Amino acid sequence: MIAIVKYNAGNIRSVKNALDRLNVESKLTDDPEELAAAEKVIFPGVGEAKSAMNYLNERKLDEVLISLKQPFLGICLGMQLMCSYSEERDTKCLGIFEEKVKKFPPKGLVPHMGWNDFTAINGPLFQNIEKEENMYFVHSYYVEVGRDTIGETEYLIPFASALQKNNFYGVQFHPEKSADSGRKLIENFLKI
Amino acid sequence: MTLKKRIIPCLDIKDGQTVKGVNFVDIRSAGDPIELAKRYVKEGADELVFLDITATVDGRKTFAELVSQIAHEINIPFTVGGGISSIEDVQILLDAGADKVSINSAAVRNPNLIKEISDEFGSQFVVVAIDAGLVNNEWKVFVKGGREATELDAFEWAKKVEELGAGEILLTSMQNDGTKAGFALELTQKLSESLNIPVIASGGAGTSEHFKEVFERTNATGALAASVFHFGEIPIPTLKSYLKDQNVSVR
Repeated sequence: MIAIVKYNAGNIRSVKNALDRLNVESKLTDDPEELAAAEKVIFPGVGEAKSAMNYLNERKLDEVLISLKQPFLGICLGMQLMCSYSEERDTKCLGIFEEKVKKFPPKGLVPHMGWNDFTAINGPLFQNIEKEENMYFVHSYYVEVGRDTIGETEYLIPFASALQKNNFYGVQFHPEKSADSGRKLIENFLKI
Repeated sequence: MTLKKRIIPCLDIKDGQTVKGVNFVDIRSAGDPIELAKRYVKEGADELVFLDITATVDGRKTFAELVSQIAHEINIPFTVGGGISSIEDVQILLDAGADKVSINSAAVRNPNLIKEISDEFGSQFVVVAIDAGLVNNEWKVFVKGGREATELDAFEWAKKVEELGAGEILLTSMQNDGTKAGFALELTQKLSESLNIPVIASGGAGTSEHFKEVFERTNATGALAASVFHFGEIPIPTLKSYLKDQNVSVR
């Protein structure tokens, strides 16, 4: 069973819909035991970092998430919350990745919204995915390129659009909304 | 590496069915929005917009059920709009799986609704649709499906909705809508260059060249059309390969 982390962020259901389309059983849950027992965990979300972290901290879900050993995929806000720190309302995050989350410089349209090239650097998430593939992005903050970066995108500046450390993976774009390219990535994650 | 210009088909929905006729020979039921949506996804549409034009309470419930089906079936982002007037309406549609909601007349009546939605769900969920029409040679905001002019200046209104937290503007020129003579280039350029949020141009698409023009001559990041897609006059794959040949960045 795939567990989808239930918390106070938007658009979590779209990940469940994507798994339903692949005929993969999944469950939205914030129960620590269910999360620990799941075959894989997906941490999706669109929303604001501070209120999301407050929600996770109050329920001690922060400790649960960082202790998980199975393949874990953060999407969009989920990936940003896995970083060490976010400039969005000065928020200390989970610290799985050492990268920091910053606000886009005010020299173009924000949010970064739409289809943009994703350049995969390496990793099992990107099997059968073109070196440069269009993925769907919606975000106003970005993750700086750092040690755990495994994929990059450029919008206003180059930023980390995929991260990995051990069993923890993160993608800034929305694979569940990125048509066939995104479907392939989800399938790859399920095979890890 | 660049952000791609988005091609966005718009489907008008009444009582759960598409309203404007379609003539895709291989679609079994031309009125089935799910089949039409899937067809557009397969053809390479970048996003979809579904506008509910139903006026009844039952019809609105049907629409929310349809939104839930759409969210299950398609794997690209979609916006829903039509008749949204409260944060409760928005909650129902987002729970059903919509990626964004589009508000129009209700935002004019109660501008604070934009801020409420943005604060509650994030600015990326809020699209403000602006129907602009010329009144004494000035672009004014129209409401009620373009039937009623207001005193609001379209450019000032656009700035205000950005300040209130809109994540995107869907700009329709009443002058151009339905003419198939091209998008309102001057209006779109003047409005899009004054803002820091994305603008989608709508109204007037008749040929592939019109899409090229709006992307080359304005800051619009997306272009929306209905009938030219529904009637197969401009197949999306043809449009996209044309735009690529013209060095417009598309997916």
